This record gives sequence, structure tokens and C-alpha cells, in this order.
Amino acid sequence: MESSVATPPPARPPAPAPQKPGKDAVEGSATWQLSDRIGLAICWALGLLFCAIAVAIVVYLFLQGIKYLKPSMLVTPASAGFSESESGGFSDAFVGTLIVAVMGIAIALPAGVGVAVWLVEYGRPAGLARITESTIEAIAGIPSIVLALFGTVIFSSTALGFLSRTSEGVVFGRSFFAASAMLAIVALPLVVASTREGLNAIPQHVREASYAVGKTKIATTRRILLPAARPQVATGAMLGLGRIIGDTAIIVVLLGATQNFAPVGGAFPLNYLRGAGTTLTNFVYEASPTGNLNQPQKAYAAAFVLLLMVLALNAAVDVVHRRARKVGTWSS
Amino acid sequence: MDESYPSEYGPKWSDQRAGRLLGALVCAVVGLLLALIVTVFIKAWPSFAHNGLAWFGSGGSVEEQLNQIYLSGLSGADYVYTFHGWQLIWSTLLITGGAVLLALFSALFVSVFIVEFAPEWMRDVLQPVVRFLASVPSVIYGLLGVLVIVPFIGNHLVTESQKASVAGVISLSGYSLLAAVLILTVMIAPLMVSIFSDGLRSVRPGWLEGSLALGVNRWRTTWKIAVRTARPAIVAGTVLAVARAIGEAVMLAMVSGSIAFAPNPADGLIFIYEPSRPLAPTIVKNIDSLGSPPSNATLFAIAAVLLFSAAVFSLAGWVARRAMRKYGATA
Repeated sequence: MESSVATPPPARPPAPAPQKPGKDAVEGSATWQLSDRIGLAICWALGLLFCAIAVAIVVYLFLQGIKYLKPSMLVTPASAGFSESESGGFSDAFVGTLIVAVMGIAIALPAGVGVAVWLVEYGRPAGLARITESTIEAIAGIPSIVLALFGTVIFSSTALGFLSRTSEGVVFGRSFFAASAMLAIVALPLVVASTREGLNAIPQHVREASYAVGKTKIATTRRILLPAARPQVATGAMLGLGRIIGDTAIIVVLLGATQNFAPVGGAFPLNYLRGAGTTLTNFVYEASPTGNLNQPQKAYAAAFVLLLMVLALNAAVDVVHRRARKVGTWSS
Repeated sequence: MDESYPSEYGPKWSDQRAGRLLGALVCAVVGLLLALIVTVFIKAWPSFAHNGLAWFGSGGSVEEQLNQIYLSGLSGADYVYTFHGWQLIWSTLLITGGAVLLALFSALFVSVFIVEFAPEWMRDVLQPVVRFLASVPSVIYGLLGVLVIVPFIGNHLVTESQKASVAGVISLSGYSLLAAVLILTVMIAPLMVSIFSDGLRSVRPGWLEGSLALGVNRWRTTWKIAVRTARPAIVAGTVLAVARAIGEAVMLAMVSGSIAFAPNPADGLIFIYEPSRPLAPTIVKNIDSLGSPPSNATLFAIAAVLLFSAAVFSLAGWVARRAMRKYGATA
């Protein structure tokens, strides 16, 4: 008995050096059953398929764009003509996209940041906060064609007649104001979600420090929280911009029906903004074989310009993300 | 205003006033949504009231009915509202269902791949790719569909004998269910992937390590533990994708065939080559008839159906996520 207790414990093997989580640390698929390996193969195949689709879209549109896009198209308005070479360019559509983007985000950004600030910093009464959250989620789920129809009701009312063309008491309801306002609703949930994420990531002690030196809630928000959340606000704005310039249904319903600016009476910028117009998405839609113009070459050219804008926005989001990561996160 | 407040700091914002202002903004947003819902349903009411449940039934040609509705609005006196939308609804079900199933399958595998199995370089490629695919405007997908996919299907996949077999009913030119489902899949799968992978990343590492320590290999651990735990995120992503698919109007107006027709799976595989037109594109295609009151009501009725089904799916998703709260992962 004594001796058995006294038996020294078997010598422990020396503790293995902590493994670096490198290639060797991860179990390979060689030991897996066949079914598991087939699953992994499906993963690879689908992943590569996604890449192939993205590459195909970009390369194909680049090739078509380089073939058909002439710089003159960006400065020549569309005109009636029998062939693609006679019917001008799409300058009005290009400028229209810029106008809609600026006006849409000018509405969506302050509104979205305001809603996000209220949700994170105020949020009382709690019932209203819950309702607001569901509202934002619901708005994100509304099809844009439904928003467009809703827009026709709002902007065809006589009370808002000053925002679009009116003839003999009938409000036309199609204008840059109408389209931008509805597009702002499309962008709103993205701005709210991103800003909220940014505000939530700021630890509580930052707020407490600000309150401790006598700052009010709104001063803290303006001078400390929003500047700190600037990368996320910018990301939200750019995601929103992407949705705005990519939307077609709202443009077709609330702006389109023409490929040129149709200014109405009034002082300079207002006469254009109150009139109907077009954007690149609308131009692509109408110039595709299923549209009214049927000019596929120009549709490719316009789609190429649109794709370049989307790629630029994506790259900008990437840059903001990377810079935000370099600055680092809060220590908590 | 406080006298001691130095004026060089700019105007002082009263905290209460700011809170009330933001509260008013929030109320305005909520009110806007309510106004939208109420407006759409009020505007849609005449169409539903005249048709009753037959609105959702089948009978006659939708194109003919829409035309009659439009013309009756121009003449003034007797508005015609008769509308049987089954062909449009069936097309919506087929296209949305097909695309969501395909997208769910591929998005699950791709997000598992991104989170768990892809090597570092592949991950760095795939994430921007997914983000890019999600941000391509639908009209570009539509254009590529019309000019590339549709002609390919029409010229290479559909055989002459198939075209001849349905020649009296419908023409198989490539505008088809197949084109619509494939392109819609590419459009909604990236949305799913980004939400699924967020969910998979938020699974507690301890649960995975526990499974690995029991000798379960990484593949099975991922599917049995991570994917199951991330089910709320999977539901959330699917609901979002369904909403997007139901509401997609422009791309489908371009590639699905722009003719109200109900492809019948009982006819064999040929039905995937048949054209159809879902609900949302019908609004886009008939937008010029908004000026005719009965047409207006009919289009708003279609919008109301879209809105209602989107809401039902969100609600179902919310219920499903509540039931799964015990799994710990949040969506």
C-alpha cells in the first residue's frame, strides 16, 4: 500500500511549445470522410463561381464600355435619331444621376444620423424606440416600386404642386424633388444602421468623461460621439449613395418618361429641379432592347459609366474601413 | 440662455430642445411609414372591393383585363375593375421561390467557406466580390440578362422542337423563368452571404472548441454546431432576400418575358423556358396608365399585395428568430 502511494507519478512529457496558429495548426481535410470532402469541394466550387461571375460582369462591361463609350457621350444630350450614331449621348442622364445622388443623400444623411443618435443616445420612451427600430427595418424591406407609387400620391397633390410641373390645375408629380425625396427613404435605413453601429461601438466611459466635465448630452454627441463615429457615418452615406444611384423603379415612375431635362418656369436651378429628367439607370433601362429606345450600344456605354461609379463607391468604402481600422479601436 | 456661456463656442444647443427635435424627427419617420401603408391600402381598396377573393384567383388573360381596366378609366362613366391576378402571383411564387432556394443553398456554402474553410487569400478575394455583387445596380443585371443570358437561352438551350411544341400558345425566345431565376439568385445570394457570415462569426468559440475536442472534424463541427447556432441569422438573411426578391421590379421586367402567363411545371422541364411576369414588374410596365382611376387602383392593389407579403415574411422571420433565441447567437 505504502509503496503504491510512494510510486512517483510517471514523468510528464515536456509541455509542447505553444503552437503558432499557422498552417500546421489547422486540421486538413485529408482525414475526412468522402461526403465531408465533397461538401468542401462544393464550397470551393461555389466560392470560385462567385468570383467568376463578378469577374465576368466587370470584364464584359469594361470591354463593351471601351468599345462603345465615347467621351463626347458624356457632354452631348440625347436627341431623336434613327441610328445610334445620330441620337446623341446621355449627358442629361449623367448629370441627372449626380443631381439625384446629391439631393437624395442631402436628405437621407441628416435624417438618418438624427434617427440613429436618437435611438442610441436618447431612446426614451422605450416603446417608441422599439417602434422606431421596427420602422427602420420595415422601410428597408419596402420594395422601391411601392415607394415610387406612394411618391406619385404625395407629389401629385396640389399642396406640393410647386415641386413639379403643373398645367391647368393638374400636378404632373414628376420632378427631381419627388425622385430625390423617395430615394432618400431608400437610403435612410443604411445610414441609420451604419451610424448606430458606430455609436454603439463607442464605450460608455467616453460619454461619462464628457458628462463629468459638464457637457450636455447633445454637446457630447456633436463634439465627441459623431466625430468619433465618422468612419461609420461615411460608410453609411456611401452605401446609401450606392442604392440611390442604382435604383431604377423610383426614377422610372417619379422622374422619367424623357431622356432630356424638361425645365419648368422659375429661377435657374429650381426650374431644372422642378422639371422631369433622367438618370443613368433610367437611360440603361430605356436603351435596352426591352425599353423604348432600343440602343444596346449606348446602354452598354451608360451601364459602364454606372458600374465605374459603383466600383468607385465600393473602393471608397474600403478605404474608409481600412483607415478606421488603422486608427484603432477604443480601449475599454 | 446661460449668461456664463462663452459666445465664441457658437450657439448653445439646449439639451431638451435637441432631444425633442430628434424625437420629432423619429416620429416623422414612423408617421411616414404609417402614411405609406394606409395610403397604399386606401388606394387599392376599390380593386379589392370589386373582385373580392377572385383577385387572387385565375381566369381570363391578365393583359386583356388590364387593358379593359385602363380603357374604362378613359371613357369615364363605368369603371371596370375585373382582375384575376393568379398568373402574376404564380410567376412571383415560382421566380422568388426558385431564386431563394438556389441562393440559400449557395449562400450557406459560401458563407461557411468564407468564415471557416477558405485560405486567407481566398477570403480576401471573396469578401470584396460578395460586396461588389450586392452593389451592382439591378438595371445592369437586367441589361446583361437581356443582351447575354436571354439570347443564350433562346439560341442554345431551347430546342426547335420545344419551340414548335408550344408555338400556338407562347413563343420561347429566351425570356424565361430560367433567366429570371438565375439572375435573381446572383442578386440576392450576396445579401444572404453577408448576413450568414456575420452570424457564423458570432458563434461562441467555446462551443466549437468543445466539439473539436471530442474529435469531431472541422467540417462536421461547422455544420452541426456553427450553422445550427447561427440559425437566427440564416432566417434573418433569408427573410431579407425574400423581401428583395419579391420587390425586384426592373430586372425582372427586363428578362422575365413581360407577358402574363402561368408556366405549368406539369408540362415537364419545358416550363423553365416559358416567359411569365411577376407582380412587381407589372407595375413598372403599366406605369403609364396611372392616370386612369381604375388602373391606378389596380396597380396600388398589386403594390398592397407586395407590401403585405413582405410584411408577412418579416413577421414570420421575427417569430422564427424569437423561437430560436435559446441558441444564443443573435442575428
